[in-house]
Amino acid sequence: MTAGEAAALETRGLCKSFGALAVASDINFRLERAARHALIGPNGAGKTSFLDLVTGRFPPSAGRILLGGADVTALAQEQRVKRGLARTFQITTLFRGLSVLDNVCMATSERLGRAGDLFRPAGSRRDVIDGAYASLERLGLADDAPRVVRELPYGRQRLVEIAVALSLKPEVLLLDEPAAGVPSAESGIIVDVIESLPSEIAVLIIEHDMDLVFRLASRITVLVQGKVLVEGTPQEIAANPAVREVYLGERAPT
Amino acid sequence: MMARNHSRSLISVADGLRELFSLAATAGSGGGAARRTPSQMPNAVDVLRRSHRLRPLETLPWLVAAAAFFLLPDYLALGAQILLAVLFALSLDLILGYAGIVSLGHAAFFGVGAYAAGLLAVHGWGEPLSGLVVAGIAAGLIGMLSGAVILRTRGLTLLMLTLMIAAMLQEAANKAGAITGGTDGLQGMQVSPVFGLFRFDVFGHTAYVYCLTVLFLGWLAARRIVHSPFGRGLIGIRESEERMRAIGSPVFRRRLVIYAISAALAGIAGGLMAQTTQFVALDALGFERSGTVLIMLILGGVGRLYGAFIGAPLYMILQDRFAQQDPVYWYFWIGLLLVLVVVFARGGVLGIGERLVRRRSRRS
Repeated sequence: MTAGEAAALETRGLCKSFGALAVASDINFRLERAARHALIGPNGAGKTSFLDLVTGRFPPSAGRILLGGADVTALAQEQRVKRGLARTFQITTLFRGLSVLDNVCMATSERLGRAGDLFRPAGSRRDVIDGAYASLERLGLADDAPRVVRELPYGRQRLVEIAVALSLKPEVLLLDEPAAGVPSAESGIIVDVIESLPSEIAVLIIEHDMDLVFRLASRITVLVQGKVLVEGTPQEIAANPAVREVYLGERAPT
Repeated sequence: MMARNHSRSLISVADGLRELFSLAATAGSGGGAARRTPSQMPNAVDVLRRSHRLRPLETLPWLVAAAAFFLLPDYLALGAQILLAVLFALSLDLILGYAGIVSLGHAAFFGVGAYAAGLLAVHGWGEPLSGLVVAGIAAGLIGMLSGAVILRTRGLTLLMLTLMIAAMLQEAANKAGAITGGTDGLQGMQVSPVFGLFRFDVFGHTAYVYCLTVLFLGWLAARRIVHSPFGRGLIGIRESEERMRAIGSPVFRRRLVIYAISAALAGIAGGLMAQTTQFVALDALGFERSGTVLIMLILGGVGRLYGAFIGAPLYMILQDRFAQQDPVYWYFWIGLLLVLVVVFARGGVLGIGERLVRRRSRRS
């Protein structure tokens, strides 16, 4: 990666405070194209807040967000999605009363620009339905397609989250603890899915499980109290004394 | 079994009634399933593809309405009022049942439509169809303008704002007595015959057929909308706004569009009332009317497109009966019924029907 090329996602001097609580202070971050990057840090370090800022769930107090080199700081959440930014949520956020296929159709229809259509029946959009079904097949979810989301086991719901995000055909995919709360028997499938993501997608993953982080990521950023503590390769991070301090609790994280 | 697959497939909350229809339909049809691609199209895809097709049971309201015309000639005037109430409740279902926007001021749009059609007829424009169009446009515009402000809020705040918009409009109509007739109501409407042929008669023949035709057109539009990608998106907004934004949906715009459409339909219902009764009073905009339409919809079942077709007739027939039996305290019985429905039969009459059908299909 040449230094001059625009990153898939970049933040410059990103700050956010809620009153006296700074959840992000001066975060300079680069997610390179096709990267496998992990964001780690103790609880309350501001990892999810960082994703919320990047996706536009709330505006930053200061700083800029660039997507593929273009400034998107002023853009609404849905416009950033249209520019190739997709995320999953730490706590599953799906249409729980709808079928798995409907969940993915909804996203596919948004991506194809069909979702504002008032008059053509949704059921007649073959491109949407077939596209959605194909993306379920890729993740091994085809059998679950007719099932209502709330009836699925949690691990499957997590997979549907990823399926929905992938059906947006993102260039940048943000995964917020994709395997958290999933029994270890099922988390293997999720890890497999993440490992087999198309290589051209830049992936940023928040994860607590260090085995998983070291397996998936080629770069790691450590966030502590809303600040970037250190960034480097997994080996560098593992050997870094400051990181060990934070994780061994020799210095209080909050 | 086919029925079993249907019953746990699509949009279980919103389209529960559709399941009911599909149960009735699959026995006879199956032609849709015959045409399969070599890779054997999965059931979920089939279900989605067929979701918008007309089920036999969906013709039932129209058969009943047509039968009533011939069998109950003495009740056509009441029938016309029931039909326009169905349209009004249907308009509320679009925002409440699909987009999840709770309103306690939907009469605002009914009233604006009623006054628009009424004022036209008072001032020499008695042609009813164009009057209805104007009523729809006027109410739709008010819906869009007020929605642009209040739809930025959620929950209790939004509920209060819908209430306030209606209260403000009612007070404005009261204040502008020179135009609206104030508390005396709008009088002196001259409504021309429909198509220049069918005079509004005292027996309500014309009014009934007129309201039925307009309701049919309104239902066609509403049905088209709820089965469209846009309509599905509304269900998405009701289920999870957060998720809708995360998949790139302009939630505010979607809510505003359906709010304006719903307002326009409500306005047309109000226009129907003005033209068929040749009178508009302040209560067209009143809180009681907003509350009543909500009760009708809850009685019938919210978010099912057909709740209005059951709730509005049920409410108005009961009101008619109770008021005869007990002219002073009839509202008590309506209240009691509502309490029973809300506590024991969530989903209204249609909800009860769905549970019965589901139980039966489970046994078979």
